[in-house]
Amino acid sequence: MEKRSTDSQVKGVSTGTTILAAVYDGGVVIGSDSRASIGGDYVSSKTINKLIQVHDRIFACIAGSLADAQAVTKAAKSHLSFHSVQMETPPLVVAAASVLKELCYRNKEELQAGFITAGWDRKNGPQVYVVSLGGMLISQPVTIAGSGSTYIYGYVDAKYKPNMSREQCLQFATNALALAMGRDNVSGGVVHLVVITEEGVEHVVVPGDKLPRFHDE
Amino acid sequence: MLEETGPGCLSEALKTGTTIIGVEYDGGVVLGSDSRVSAGASVVNRVMNKLSPLHDKIYCALSGSAADAQTIAEVVNYQLDVHSMEIGEDPQVRSAATLVRNISYKYKEELSAHLIVAGWDRRDGGQVFATLNGLLTRQPFAVGGSGSSYVYGFVDAEYHRGMSKAQSQQFVVNTLALAMNRDGSSGGVAYVVTIDEHNTEEKVVLGNNLPTFFDQ
Repeated sequence: MEKRSTDSQVKGVSTGTTILAAVYDGGVVIGSDSRASIGGDYVSSKTINKLIQVHDRIFACIAGSLADAQAVTKAAKSHLSFHSVQMETPPLVVAAASVLKELCYRNKEELQAGFITAGWDRKNGPQVYVVSLGGMLISQPVTIAGSGSTYIYGYVDAKYKPNMSREQCLQFATNALALAMGRDNVSGGVVHLVVITEEGVEHVVVPGDKLPRFHDE
Repeated sequence: MLEETGPGCLSEALKTGTTIIGVEYDGGVVLGSDSRVSAGASVVNRVMNKLSPLHDKIYCALSGSAADAQTIAEVVNYQLDVHSMEIGEDPQVRSAATLVRNISYKYKEELSAHLIVAGWDRRDGGQVFATLNGLLTRQPFAVGGSGSSYVYGFVDAEYHRGMSKAQSQQFVVNTLALAMNRDGSSGGVAYVVTIDEHNTEEKVVLGNNLPTFFDQ
């Protein structure tokens, strides 16, 4: 099976990865695996955190070159905190996503990183945005990215329902990430999930032995 | 959009960039495929049946290079005919799969095709064999073709032992529909073949009858 992703051509440490975000009734769940690798041969970190908090109620998760992603999110965080001081209000999720998009689009020749931005704001409630490699920005109710996402397109299409409850959405996200980690050799480790609602932010970690098992395991 | 003239678009090899799946249930097998044949960016045939009979109760599903896959199927069809005359009874599914594997392995550098062989025989009931790259392995279910990458998660999650015939058929149709939605090289209609002790049933599920999902 050929892998369809540019992660396999990233030089240096890449987050060959699976990331996902989904809107449910009242909030948004954003999640990722925890493996960082150099090509497909060496796992350089088993416990990396790919969920970066860019503002109080806005998280971004990263795919692609780890160095590029860290540099971009650092720049985005500082833009956003300045922006929210200027506006005297927390930034909109679309603003955070746009900041990431501008950085990716303007520097598209040098960068190899993609992002999923998810969060909650007062104007539009829970939202998910995806910024792809070249700098495209679109909003979707559920989105997946990273090398492992190829294997779960069918699962996500079939199983995602709008307006799920919090528990249903957490189970959906855990299952999807576990399935991708089971098939993609550069995704693995533990599942990191962050639930963002109006009330606040909650971090859930599902360690390897608590991951759901499927028929052949 | 179409800048190539006639001869231009046929200079690309014909690929059945495809989705194929075979599932075993208690008493038989269900085989399914999409119907798209592409040459580069053109769809050359949108209704090709990629489920090819090797014998009365043994079918194979074709993927990869259309020419290579069809030729393997024709050669094995002939070899199985001879073999079944020699032994005086219907051939085993394992025999058919072994013949396919022998060709795939011997010519693995020249050929680029993956066939899933499935059928029913008296000795072991319904069986599904994968023959990718010249290996031979019996599996409860097998998926193949370019579209299969997108549905590994779905089939891992949804398959369970002990499915009935109707559940297996629904599982096959759902998997094909999901893959056809995401893979540019798969599409068209879904062909489904169900083989059990008593009969071999071929069915076509047209585009408007395929299951739809939350974003459609």
